[in-house]
Amino acid sequence: MLSKHKFLEKHSLALVIGILITVSIGGIVQIAPLFYLESTIEEVEGVRPYSPLELAGRNIYVREGCYVCHSQQIRALRDEVERYGHYSLAAESMYDHPFQWGSKRSGPDLARVGGKYSDEWHRQHMIDPRSLVPESVMPPYAFLQERALDYSQVEAWLKANRAVGVPYSDEMIEKADQHLRAQVDPFSDYYDEFLAAYPKAQIRDFDDNPRQISEMDALIAYLQILGTMVDFETYEAEENYR
Amino acid sequence: MTVSENNNEIDDFTGVETTGHEWDGVKELNNPMPRWWLIIFYVSVIWSIGYWVLMPSWPGLTGYLKGTREHSERENVDVALAAVNAERSVQMKQLLSVSSMTEIERDPQLLEYSMAAGGSLFGDNCATCHGAGGQGFPGYPSLVDDEWIWGGSLDEIRQTLHFGIRSTHPDTRLNIMQAFGRDGLLTREQISDVTEYVLDISGQDSDAEAAARGAPLFAQQCTSCHGVDGRGNQALGAPNLTDGIWLYGGDPSVIRQTIYNGRGGVMPFWTDRLTDEQIVALSVYVHSLGGGE
Amino acid sequence: MTQETNKPVTSVSSATSGGDVMGVAVILGIGLLYSLFAAARASDPLMQFHSFIFLAAFVAAGFALIVHVSNPKPKSQSGYEYGVVKAGVIASMFWGIAGFLVGVVIAFQLAFPDLLYFENLPWTNFGRLRPLHTSAVIFAFGGNVLIATSFYVVQRTCRARLAGGLAPWFVFWGYNLFVVIAATGYLIGVTQSREYAEPEWYADIWLTIVWVVYLLVFLGTIWKRKEPHIYVANWFYLSFIVTIAMLHIVNNLAMPVSLTGSKSYSLFAGVQDALTQWWYGHNAVGFFLTTGFLGIMYYFIPKRAERPVFSYRLSIVHFWSLIFIYIWAGPHHLHYTALPEWAQTLGMTFSIMLWMPSWGGMINGLMTLSGAWDKLRTDPVIRMLVVSVAFYGMSTFEGPLMSIRAVNALSHYTDWTIGHVHSGALGWVAYISFGAIYCLVPWLWKRESLYSKAMVEWHFWISTIGIVLYITSMWVSGIMQGLMWRATNEFGFLEHSFVETVAAMHPYYIIRACGGTLFLIGALIMAYNLYRTIRGDVRDPEYQSALAPFRGMTPAAAE
Ligand code: HEC
Ligand code: HEC
Ligand code: HEC
Ligand code: HEM
Ligand code: HEM
Ligand SMILES: [Ca+2]
Ligand SMILES: [Ca+2]
Ligand SMILES: [Cu+2]
Repeated sequence: MLSKHKFLEKHSLALVIGILITVSIGGIVQIAPLFYLESTIEEVEGVRPYSPLELAGRNIYVREGCYVCHSQQIRALRDEVERYGHYSLAAESMYDHPFQWGSKRSGPDLARVGGKYSDEWHRQHMIDPRSLVPESVMPPYAFLQERALDYSQVEAWLKANRAVGVPYSDEMIEKADQHLRAQVDPFSDYYDEFLAAYPKAQIRDFDDNPRQISEMDALIAYLQILGTMVDFETYEAEENYR
Repeated sequence: MTVSENNNEIDDFTGVETTGHEWDGVKELNNPMPRWWLIIFYVSVIWSIGYWVLMPSWPGLTGYLKGTREHSERENVDVALAAVNAERSVQMKQLLSVSSMTEIERDPQLLEYSMAAGGSLFGDNCATCHGAGGQGFPGYPSLVDDEWIWGGSLDEIRQTLHFGIRSTHPDTRLNIMQAFGRDGLLTREQISDVTEYVLDISGQDSDAEAAARGAPLFAQQCTSCHGVDGRGNQALGAPNLTDGIWLYGGDPSVIRQTIYNGRGGVMPFWTDRLTDEQIVALSVYVHSLGGGE
Repeated sequence: MTQETNKPVTSVSSATSGGDVMGVAVILGIGLLYSLFAAARASDPLMQFHSFIFLAAFVAAGFALIVHVSNPKPKSQSGYEYGVVKAGVIASMFWGIAGFLVGVVIAFQLAFPDLLYFENLPWTNFGRLRPLHTSAVIFAFGGNVLIATSFYVVQRTCRARLAGGLAPWFVFWGYNLFVVIAATGYLIGVTQSREYAEPEWYADIWLTIVWVVYLLVFLGTIWKRKEPHIYVANWFYLSFIVTIAMLHIVNNLAMPVSLTGSKSYSLFAGVQDALTQWWYGHNAVGFFLTTGFLGIMYYFIPKRAERPVFSYRLSIVHFWSLIFIYIWAGPHHLHYTALPEWAQTLGMTFSIMLWMPSWGGMINGLMTLSGAWDKLRTDPVIRMLVVSVAFYGMSTFEGPLMSIRAVNALSHYTDWTIGHVHSGALGWVAYISFGAIYCLVPWLWKRESLYSKAMVEWHFWISTIGIVLYITSMWVSGIMQGLMWRATNEFGFLEHSFVETVAAMHPYYIIRACGGTLFLIGALIMAYNLYRTIRGDVRDPEYQSALAPFRGMTPAAAE
């Protein structure tokens, strides 16, 4: 049989095609079913698209490379569930373009960090992590507090997300700018409307500086929603053993 | 050059024939594949096939092979945690019914248990704010001293943990230190005077004249919370200003800041994140850190 | 050991003359127009910055093209095209040192966070420098090594000049432009956050163009070959080029926010995105860091040892089984996560089946030395090549081990992974590259020998100590961290807080940083040695004295 190999050694195109077929199979068999098997993503209540401000914060999270130190994926292991909370569900990241599960924990998992700390703690921790946790190796991000958030593209962010499958409505896209500002201002006219569109969103000034919507505002808004969307009261664990 | 039956060159050193090709001086020997190599390869394939039979594996159009063992990591961890909780259930039940510290102290086993549980929870949940030993940071109170802003009895600590302080929970403990300067309730001079008065009652060096001017202002503006003698009020969460223990700091400049801008530290609530039993264990642990009442 | 004594290449009249210039001109023209458009209408300053870099590069390339065309002296199309290989070698050394340096910096950042972070200089933060490091070593260093060696090997083993006239130069410069865009992007905050595929959509598109030309140049050269058979090194190079193209395109599918903006959102989300990314990420290891470098091994080891490759049949079987099985192993990066368990099982079992196909390459590399083992003592270059194969064997044993779910439960997210990565990266990838470059430089610049063999010895020993410090410290710290995370006290509650584990790793981070520094020093010695070699210097007397201790042990005096 090995003598037939001579054919491939003499015909480069056949060799290329042979290689292509050989390396395509695994990916197709593993990835394609994730799109059609119903058991892949659990049915849960509460997961919604990110609000404009949360999405802006997520952009900053990506930009600063927080994922190189922090995972957002609690594995189904006893110690992780005890330390960080319920193991992560696929449904919880179904609107995450791209996913932020991470591969290295130089810092703790952040999948359920929402609500664990106060805004002020986050602000101080981002500005100078070692002032609160002396052993920390996390970099300081003081500049986030100074920098005004650039959200001139916010509508386009939502649109691009819709193009890849996140169910933002026309209304949400049109009002993206107002909604973004509404989230840092508990007295805005859009309060109820915003909350109806994005249930459980936290509405307040996050960075202790109501005069500016800073990158810090956005990042903290994002951190505070992490892991808080799913309603675990209604989650059927047994049905999603797989 | 020796030549094999196939008319291929034979390598002098090994005595193995080559394949007869040469690329830029590089030739190949026609050695067989090492036997041990092939065997281990086959074994790994057979082992894998066996594993696929046992475990969830190949996907199909509507589902996937469940495997004869119906293995599920999620189920395993749920079962493991249920077992752990069952093992702990006796102590957990006891903890739930505890109402005072003396009750726990009477039962050394329960005390040891709740210290182990509380200490474990403290490290990941509380130490980031209150310090690894509970010593606190500016703005985050020390839990090792015997000054309590909101009260240091077991019940009061539990209450604090359940609902937080100025947290987003509807039943949160709530009371803020107003921004007397920013909100125009006091002028700059008045704030300086009150500051001197606070320095005075906390036993620090102060300008006696200014402090005297501050005293009536304090009586007017501050006693409703901090009490006539400035010893605070735990029901309101107003700190004692006379004991030299500071949440934010006792320097004149920090005190001036406090009065000018106000304060309102936030302690998250833990009802959603921790169970009632865990909160009791934590309260016992915090209580034992040094200053429990 | 000069290679020119080999059969001369038959001169080929360039079928592409003119065509190559046109092709490159068209690509440059379109690129120029687009970058002008993007520079003028950029919707964010980051995009504006990158448009200007592209613009400058295209303008410079345009000038170079005009000079090239208007030069009356006809380009010789006979003999081998070595210029682009030389450029690749120099670029490799440059990026290698840059990448190792950034590695040392981030290693020290984790050891001494207070000294090396600057709160108002975002680009100095670990989160931005780490991708700079990984891309600089894998794509800038590794990629240039692969381009340079593949261009050399394919010519020599096909006895044909590189196809495509100017096209190989386009590949070289185009690829390095991609590297510059990627690297500057990380610093200013442009990233897709997809590990090893961080560059944004426009850099991805540019790389796709460059890569297609690379494939054509490589295949074109094979088409012109004067040898009836395609040599095994070229199978490996081909599978590397073809598969990386597939992985790159699929994993980078994304929707740009605007055609003049730097940001995009990936096509897939959540669990599907995770598996696509690790299908890519694992096979970036498999096809960039493994098959590509196996191509290097299959040429440089037999060449340097002057011995035939051990087994042709093993080559065939391990080649096809390796590339078939590698693709399936991605899910071992996602054990115990929300990825359905059936996929994890496949990832784990295929990783185990991958063990022997990987070792097939190691066996073929090591056994090629039978009959030449004495050279390990006398020739530090071959020692480097052989040690690299040994490290390859080690990390491809460790990898399947870490793929076992129960082991991965401990190792995942910890420094153990980092130790594994660097035993593969420093031991295998970097060492085989160093060995190949030490061979190539005298061959390309037609020098009798390297400037100093003693310096190669120094390089070898210093960096080997560096590697050992690096990977042993990471094994200890990783396993310790994994054990601390899961340790429970007598009542079954977690024993350690997360922060305690961070504190416990501090000493190992210092050791790792020192190991990395040694490795960097070794590379600097190498760069100096190569520089002097290229200048034509020989440090013979000293070389003799360095060899003195070995004299008498072997009758065969070094060349
Ligand atoms: C060099 C690694 C590193 C990087 C990069 C990093 N962190 Fe951290 N992070 C840590 C470490 C270590 C800790 C644990 C010690 C501490 O709390 O500071 C931590 C803790 C945290 C915590 C507290 C988590 C908890 O549950 O206690 C948050 C929130 C956080 N980081 C957010 C971020 C964000 C957002 C970014 C990016 C802008 C980021 N980190 C970047 C290392 C890092
Ligand atoms: C986001 C930071 C943060 C975290 C996390 C946190 N605390 Fe607090 N805690 C505070 C702040 C701030 C206060 C003071 C509130 C005030 O100013 O009255 C406080 C107050 C307290 C008090 C009341 C002190 C007193 O003097 O009355 C107790 C008890 C306490 N915390 C215990 C805990 C425990 C136990 C945990 C972990 C489960 C915890 N805290 C987690 C920030 C935090
Ligand atoms: C409405 C109630 C209220 C009034 C009135 C009030 N305070 Fe306070 N004060 C508080 C509370 C509550 C805190 C604790 C804030 C926290 O925990 O973050 C506090 C904190 C302080 C502190 C900081 C203590 C420390 O340990 O760092 C100082 C100093 C202080 N108050 C002084 C004053 C002075 C002087 C006045 C009058 C001008 C005044 N307060 C009026 C409620 C009040
Ligand atoms: C048989 C071959 C191999 C197998 C089965 C294998 C397996 C693994 C496993 C299980 C992990 C850890 C995944 C995790 O827990 O997150 C890993 C990580 C890694 N391996 Fe290997 N490995 C192999 C060979 C190699 C080689 C030769 C290299 C060369 C450099 C390499 C580079 C890497 C890298 C870079 C990572 C880190 C990925 C990341 O998390 O960013 N591996 N490998
Ligand atoms: C001087 C030599 C080097 C030093 C000091 C060094 C240091 C580092 C450090 C500190 C990290 C981050 C680890 C963490 O996040 O905890 C890292 C990651 C990484 N390095 Fe290196 N490195 C060196 C050389 C190399 C080389 C030569 C390669 C590849 C050819 C390489 C590939 C990688 C990869 C792939 C990662 C990411 C691993 C992961 O995500 O799991 N490094 N390196
Ligand atoms: Ca603000
Ligand atoms: Ca990319
Ligand atoms: Cu892998």
